[in-house]
Amino acid sequence: MAAGEVQANSFVRFENVQKSYDGEILVVKDLNLDIPKGEFLTMLGPSGSGKTTSLMMLAGFEPATHGDIYLDGRSINHVPPNKRGIGMVFQNYALFPHMTVAENLAFPLKVRKMGAAEIEAKVQRALEMVELPDMGGRRPAQLSGGQQQRVAVARALVFDPSLILMDEPLGALDKQLREQMQYEIKHIHENLGVTVVYVTHDQAEALTMSDRIAVFNDGVIQQLSTPDDLYERPQNSFVAQFIGENNKLHGKVKKITRNKATVELDNGGEVTADAVNVGGIGSRTTLSLRPERVEIAPKSGSLPNILSGEIKELIYLGDHIRTRMSVAGNDEFIVKVPNSAGNKPLAEGSTVKVGWKAEDCKALDPMAI
Amino acid sequence: MTDATIPSASLSTASQPLIAADGIPLKQKLARTTRRMKIRAFLLTVPLVLFLIISFVIPIGQMLYRSVHNPAGTNVVPNFAQAIQNWDGEGIPSEELIEIFVKDLALASRNREVGKTVGNLATRVNYELPGSRSLFTKTARKVRKLEEGPYTQALFDIDKRWNNPNLWFTLKRVTRDKTLSFYLAATDRKYDESGSIVMADELYQIYLPILRKTILLSALITALCFIIAYPVAYLLSTLPLRASNLLMILVLLPFWTSLLVRTSAWIAMLQKEGIVNNILVYLGFIAEEQRIQMIYNATGTVIAMVHILLPFMILPLYSVMKTIPPSYMRAARSMGASNTYAFTKVYFPQTVPGIAAGTLLVFILAIGYYITPALVGGSDGLLISNLIADHIKKTLNWSLGAALGTILLVVVLIFYWLYNRLVGVDNLKFG
Repeated sequence: MAAGEVQANSFVRFENVQKSYDGEILVVKDLNLDIPKGEFLTMLGPSGSGKTTSLMMLAGFEPATHGDIYLDGRSINHVPPNKRGIGMVFQNYALFPHMTVAENLAFPLKVRKMGAAEIEAKVQRALEMVELPDMGGRRPAQLSGGQQQRVAVARALVFDPSLILMDEPLGALDKQLREQMQYEIKHIHENLGVTVVYVTHDQAEALTMSDRIAVFNDGVIQQLSTPDDLYERPQNSFVAQFIGENNKLHGKVKKITRNKATVELDNGGEVTADAVNVGGIGSRTTLSLRPERVEIAPKSGSLPNILSGEIKELIYLGDHIRTRMSVAGNDEFIVKVPNSAGNKPLAEGSTVKVGWKAEDCKALDPMAI
Repeated sequence: MTDATIPSASLSTASQPLIAADGIPLKQKLARTTRRMKIRAFLLTVPLVLFLIISFVIPIGQMLYRSVHNPAGTNVVPNFAQAIQNWDGEGIPSEELIEIFVKDLALASRNREVGKTVGNLATRVNYELPGSRSLFTKTARKVRKLEEGPYTQALFDIDKRWNNPNLWFTLKRVTRDKTLSFYLAATDRKYDESGSIVMADELYQIYLPILRKTILLSALITALCFIIAYPVAYLLSTLPLRASNLLMILVLLPFWTSLLVRTSAWIAMLQKEGIVNNILVYLGFIAEEQRIQMIYNATGTVIAMVHILLPFMILPLYSVMKTIPPSYMRAARSMGASNTYAFTKVYFPQTVPGIAAGTLLVFILAIGYYITPALVGGSDGLLISNLIADHIKKTLNWSLGAALGTILLVVVLIFYWLYNRLVGVDNLKFG
């Protein structure tokens, strides 16, 4: 893609965007991102990873230090936030406390100088959409957190923007409400077909809601993919670690055949893994393995990778037993043992065999010696 | 009767007092367990309560009392003061009444007790009838020798001014124990010869014009403070911490300097040979002989007081603005509002509690301000508090001073009430 040329299916486009606040540290390093119309894209990352800054640049509250941002084919670098026509939901909702809910919702419509009747109809429709039809006369402070959240969403949608930005909108809610709101926002997105850019540090939230997730770390997108792809095929150990739980084993590449790598672990033993992202033979690598893909006491020869480990700790969690083991020198090796009828009870301090398939184990992070 | 007892009986069973585990009613039990805490909390506030009573409640009560209390008559001529109240006020009082007066006066002329001398009565009458002081002292000396009547004629012989019905009429009023005449004087009113209340001649009106000017200047000072303070408070609340701390020190710096020093600095700045005039002359804006009089008048008072009262406006504004997250403005902007629109519809309304607190604080401080107008006000920039001080310190007419003070207090209370109606005191935020 040549610079300045915008892809046909790209609704929002970041092109070589950089951002620095103090002229010394780049908070966002060379961001390139295309978001097609109607997509629910989540920017996921730890705090300080640049995801919120990217969102603020898109909203127009922070200027990009370098690069261009396009909205619907038009560069918006010099368009002030009020001319961008982007709806936004803020972390603490930012509902105006001195206005009623209805006045809050009418605000963007009044700015656009709509007639009173039209405003009233749109406000009522928006309230019904978020299932708060009778709350128009209340003040935001009289609503519960979940209701405030819905009003904030309704207010961002009421003026029919084609792009909605959400900056950790569910962060202030308790767990149950948060999960409920995740589905509601997801359904609103599906019903209206708007494009949503969603920022969160909660990986479960990102997995639940998104079409695609951009995992940010250190100002760079580590991986941009669909939720299942991110989980199943992480490109590096940061992504593997950040999305879901993950066991790490370190070793040296001994042999590569097609897409499989044989890795010699530091504590002895050999493991065959998917060669996702490895260097040449002899280079160091990190193996990533999901706790639920590990089998306890497999039949010998049934799996390519079988090691033995000592059980350090058992935590009973109802549907599964979280088992912390010491495997190949890693004391934090977690195995999720399903609480099913056939499984033999495990005892702390005993040694058992653990095994896993080659394709469930990813060799990542090439490091030359 | 039975109809009424049925619901009340069922009600009492429904609201049967709850019993704690040891059989004592729960309410009683709760009161007992919290009593110690309540007593301790009260004891902690005792010093403050005492302080408030001694330094606030008692002095204000004293002031209110003094502004209506009129002891001269009953102290100096007690029998006469009582007797004259039944007189109809027509012409000259009867011989018997004048006999009582003469005997009281003769007795009083020998009295040296503070507050009970003829001089006290003479001073008091003098407030109402200027120039009558000597009449009393002279008469008091002479009535001592008066043994028998007719007393009326004897008085006329001592001084023919006694043959003036208005003097006796005034005496009747002055010897009452409680009086409104100080309030009348404080509002530029007086009794005319028929005893009805009239405005003083325009030439002699002092207090109402000054009170009006005090309110206007205070309003002007408040408005100027607000105009200057609002942007400063906004900057303070939005700048990064280091810069805003520095700015905050600059705002608070005046608090660390003596009031006298600050006021004197303005004299050095604003006087005719002062820095501001020098610069204007040097730059050629005004000619040497056109130097502007900026001090010892209302201008000086306003400038110096705006400077002194500014922090009282900035701090409440700042504390309110600090609590307004930037996301409100951002939200407004993202919904399509221009900066101006977002400011007037979203930001400004949320600062109203701070504006209310700041303006109320500055206005009330300004309306009673004394030292700055006394130093830089000249005669034009004097405020009502300077007149009160005059009556307390120079003319020693404490009652008039108290009446003026009470009027000032009432004015402040009226403004407070108005404010409460407009903004609501619950909405005030001082920090």
